[in-house]
Amino acid sequence: MIDKVSKKVQNAKQRALGRIKAPTPIVPPANLSSKALMVVVIIMSFLACLTLGFVTLIQDASKTWQNQISQEITIQIKPLEGRNMEDALQLAKRLALEFDGTTDASIIDKEATARLLEPWLGDSFDIDELPVPRLVIITIDKSNPPDFDTMRTALTDAIPDAYLDDHRTWASRLVSMAQNTVFIGITLLCLVLTATILTVVFATRGAMSVNNDIIEVLHFVGAESAFIAREFQGHFLLTGLYGAAIGGAAAAAAFYATDLFQEMSVANAINDQTSALFGSFKMGAAGYFGIVVIIFTVAILTALTTRMTVIRTIRDIDLVRSDPSQSDLV
Amino acid sequence: MKLIRLENVGVRYGMGPEILRDLTFDIPKNSFQFLTGPSGAGKTTLLRLLFMSLRPTRGSISMFGRDILDIPRDELPLLRRRTGIVFQDFRLLNHLSTYENVALPLRVRGKDESSYRADVIELLEWVGLGERMHVRPQVLSGGEKQRVAIARALIDRPEILLADEPTGNVDPPMALRLLSLFKELNRLGTAVLIATHDLTLMDRVDARRMVLSEGHIDIYD
Repeated sequence: MIDKVSKKVQNAKQRALGRIKAPTPIVPPANLSSKALMVVVIIMSFLACLTLGFVTLIQDASKTWQNQISQEITIQIKPLEGRNMEDALQLAKRLALEFDGTTDASIIDKEATARLLEPWLGDSFDIDELPVPRLVIITIDKSNPPDFDTMRTALTDAIPDAYLDDHRTWASRLVSMAQNTVFIGITLLCLVLTATILTVVFATRGAMSVNNDIIEVLHFVGAESAFIAREFQGHFLLTGLYGAAIGGAAAAAAFYATDLFQEMSVANAINDQTSALFGSFKMGAAGYFGIVVIIFTVAILTALTTRMTVIRTIRDIDLVRSDPSQSDLV
Repeated sequence: MKLIRLENVGVRYGMGPEILRDLTFDIPKNSFQFLTGPSGAGKTTLLRLLFMSLRPTRGSISMFGRDILDIPRDELPLLRRRTGIVFQDFRLLNHLSTYENVALPLRVRGKDESSYRADVIELLEWVGLGERMHVRPQVLSGGEKQRVAIARALIDRPEILLADEPTGNVDPPMALRLLSLFKELNRLGTAVLIATHDLTLMDRVDARRMVLSEGHIDIYD
């Protein structure tokens, strides 16, 4: 009989042993505060990655502007009474190509000139009735440019009123504008990153405040500070990583979708000018690398803030030991 | 051997009056005592002193042979592991099951779950919660929560157990059952200090009584 009872108890114990599941994490899974933290991390990472993407796009576009302008010069020939414009354009092209440092030349024909004027004059004007100057675009070797002053003299000798524009004035203004734009972009990026850091820090501290009781219990059952900090920072590192990855991926997807939309949209004057000015919305490797850096920075920031909050909470608990009047801290 | 020794200990909060005055006593190894006194007499404050969550504003306390003023913060968790405490408000973690709450002190010490599983189950059965080990504290009654808190304090076989009103939320039969649990624990070598108002409970055990009144302590061996 005793054997039977003992066997029964043993069986019950075995059943209970078998029923124990994998341990629940010491830090509670998602509660309202950590969900709010996740949303904050997603939004701020999205904004930071978006700003970073725009800055890299502007940087790339400004490089393209400088590059394109510095490798081309333009000859402008005004229509004069009795001047055979086509002959003058051919002469200008031939003269330009005789100089060392020029690699190619092309005459902007009447149709192309009319298209250039279309945004201002519409498409119903007759270019032959207007005294429109004509252009010859000369491509130059950037590393070995021609002598512009000699070329200018040779041109005006052969074609009076011909004007050689080496774009230097325009290029220096554009470079200055591009540098300003990039500077403004970087300043904005710094501001957004600072706002991201502060928001993530405060949101993490807010999410941690509901865990003070858990920290206190763990502290009183003999857990070392490092153990408590490890448990919480591991949990919040994942929250930060997950949220930042969603925000970063959304920003990358936004750039991809805009680029796709730009490619698919109908060619018109506005789209052409936008493309000419800003290039495509395709982000380069630097942009994607920046997004990855932001994702990991936000995740590490969340974990570090958690660690510091845990250590501060434990310090506050211990502060009461040395000053009982601080009891309301815990 | 004395586990805890207090000499001329006083505690005041801020610039207020002294809550505890000139306390001098010790808690020997393997002893059993009740701490009693009217509400507001300072029982919980005294327990906090003994659990090292409060430092005296004067006097000295030595725990396990060391003056607590000399113990660095890093070493406090190691000393707390030698002390079990049952809080008046239980302080159970609501997202953990009964089993996990009881196993918590062992888990934070980095022990492998397989090494303590049987001990936790055995202790839960001993306190009558064998069938409730998978439920969370929210669905437990006050008495059941009390027993979980006691089991958590006992699981790592502390050298001293400090219990703040451990029978305050249970009916008389359960209070007696818990008292026998404390006596059994004491028989196995743990010093026990129970803070209580329950005179009936104190009458059941021939143990030392420490009576706190207006900040002073009177001890009746």
